[in-house]
Amino acid sequence: MMTRLTVAERQSAMFISGLVAVAGFAMAVAGHGDPMGAHGWITLLFAATLFFLAGEALYHDEPTEDRSAEYYDDPTKAGILISLAWAVIGMGMGVWVAAQLAWPDLRFDAAWSSFGRLRPVHTSGVIFGFGGNALIATSFHVMQRTSRARLAGHVSPWFVLLGFNLFCIIAASGYLMGVTQSKEYAEPEWYADLWLVVVWVVYFVLYVRTLARRNEPHIYVANWYYMAFILVVAILHIVNNLAVPASFGAAKSYSAFAGVQDAMTQWWYGHNAVAFFLTAGFLGMLYYYLPKRAERPIYSYRLSILSFWGIVFFYIWAGSHHLHYTALPQWAQTLGMTFSVMLLVPSWASAGNALMTLNGAWDKVRTDATLRFMMMAAVFYGLSTFEGSFMAVRAVNSLSHYTDWTVGHVHAGAMGWVALITFGSIYTVVPLLWRRETMYSWKLVEWHFWLALAGTVIYIFAMWNSGITQGLMWRTYTESGTLAYSFLETMLAMYPYYVARVIGGSLFLVGAILAAFNVVMTIRNVGYRAPQIDYPTASEAGEPAIPAAE
Amino acid sequence: MELTYEWTSAFAKSFGLIYLMVLSLGITVYAFWPSLGKRFDRAAKSVLDDEEGPCR
Repeated sequence: MMTRLTVAERQSAMFISGLVAVAGFAMAVAGHGDPMGAHGWITLLFAATLFFLAGEALYHDEPTEDRSAEYYDDPTKAGILISLAWAVIGMGMGVWVAAQLAWPDLRFDAAWSSFGRLRPVHTSGVIFGFGGNALIATSFHVMQRTSRARLAGHVSPWFVLLGFNLFCIIAASGYLMGVTQSKEYAEPEWYADLWLVVVWVVYFVLYVRTLARRNEPHIYVANWYYMAFILVVAILHIVNNLAVPASFGAAKSYSAFAGVQDAMTQWWYGHNAVAFFLTAGFLGMLYYYLPKRAERPIYSYRLSILSFWGIVFFYIWAGSHHLHYTALPQWAQTLGMTFSVMLLVPSWASAGNALMTLNGAWDKVRTDATLRFMMMAAVFYGLSTFEGSFMAVRAVNSLSHYTDWTVGHVHAGAMGWVALITFGSIYTVVPLLWRRETMYSWKLVEWHFWLALAGTVIYIFAMWNSGITQGLMWRTYTESGTLAYSFLETMLAMYPYYVARVIGGSLFLVGAILAAFNVVMTIRNVGYRAPQIDYPTASEAGEPAIPAAE
Repeated sequence: MELTYEWTSAFAKSFGLIYLMVLSLGITVYAFWPSLGKRFDRAAKSVLDDEEGPCR
């Protein structure tokens, strides 16, 4: 892939990776004897590998083809493959930690394999590794197509993709060594956070520069969602990670906030990570790949604009519902609760818009598992946003909070919505990207769909049962006013559900492994399809696609 | 100026309210502005026919 870059681009790739390697070495020296030192060596190894890859390419000729005649898809391809690798790692970790909860001996008595260290590897692995890479890869694909313009640059997309993965590796390896700043979804320490800011700013600039080159009068709605994802995640990340390092040679920092302000900042970040990382970006995927695969334009474009602004402006206020019955002032809790309930309107508008788009294409949903992935994702999006609004109500929260119901809700969103829309998009985009006739095996796609759906349903039902049982046992009093159940009794009551969760999660993991296998086999074994027009213009619905120049 | 509950709540009830109302009205008007219909329709259909290559 490096040989597709010009000599000047190869040199700038060498320059950047050289700088990062030097920074890694400095970290290794400064952090000697601390986990930060190990991170320095990882950074050095990562950057040095890229340095030599780019350097080796200098021995080859420059590309001769006219690069402006086609889209630049190499970073997208790499991103899709990396995303699938993280899916297997992250979901595998999830199954492991779920099994540890049912059978604690599976920790094998090591420090690095304790639940507290493996769990963030699972959450970061699936959210940032799998979801983040899929978002970056698909955003590169969607922004070029909808703008009918090439990516603005050849080195910066690689910098964004590989830089982000360096962050993911630093994060995951840090957790295993015990590095954490104890903030949910923002565990990595100060140097990783600073690095992510650099990567993210480059990502934003790349996106805006590509949109500026666009050859369409209107910016298609999917781009708005991707832009909201990039911009707001940058703001959230910077504010929540404001911290002072204890020393420049160690992985330890102190937050700029304290007490309830720290909690509020964290959950403003945490909930908007759900909103703008796990919702807005994936809605961008939905608004592009679902119409594409269904061969029908989105049901109501106007509704998609309304729900976009609704989601953006309501979500940002909803975070305080994570802090019901805490030291946070009551009015701030009520504010979060109110906005969470209001959020149901734009959320269901988006889910409804997606499902209405399929009206008239239900025969395709029946026969095409790829489209069914996206349909089911929209259904789970509707379900989990309803559940979320409901759980944010203070009275409901008094039962659900701190129980497994929350875990079930998160997974209804993460497995049912985020993962299903991502797999649907991957199955749509892989044959297009690699110019293949079709996926290697549609039967495997079908198997994946049913495994994923069965896994998700088993998982969330297990957690509903477990969570409500747990919540009710915690609030049951005896006649004399003491708690009726000890903590251990609630643990024993949860055991069967924990076993069920392992089964559900395993089914989902098997599906992800099938997806990775299917994609690799598609790239290696399926025949080439002529690239001129790889999209069928004759729609079965009798609506011929309208050419760009009307 | 001290950041008290009274001040914050007065700010939210005045500026916050107006800003959210104006914004939602503005977006609704934009989304349903009749002459923009064609542009939106074209944008919605444009994704179905975009694989031929970049214009630049």
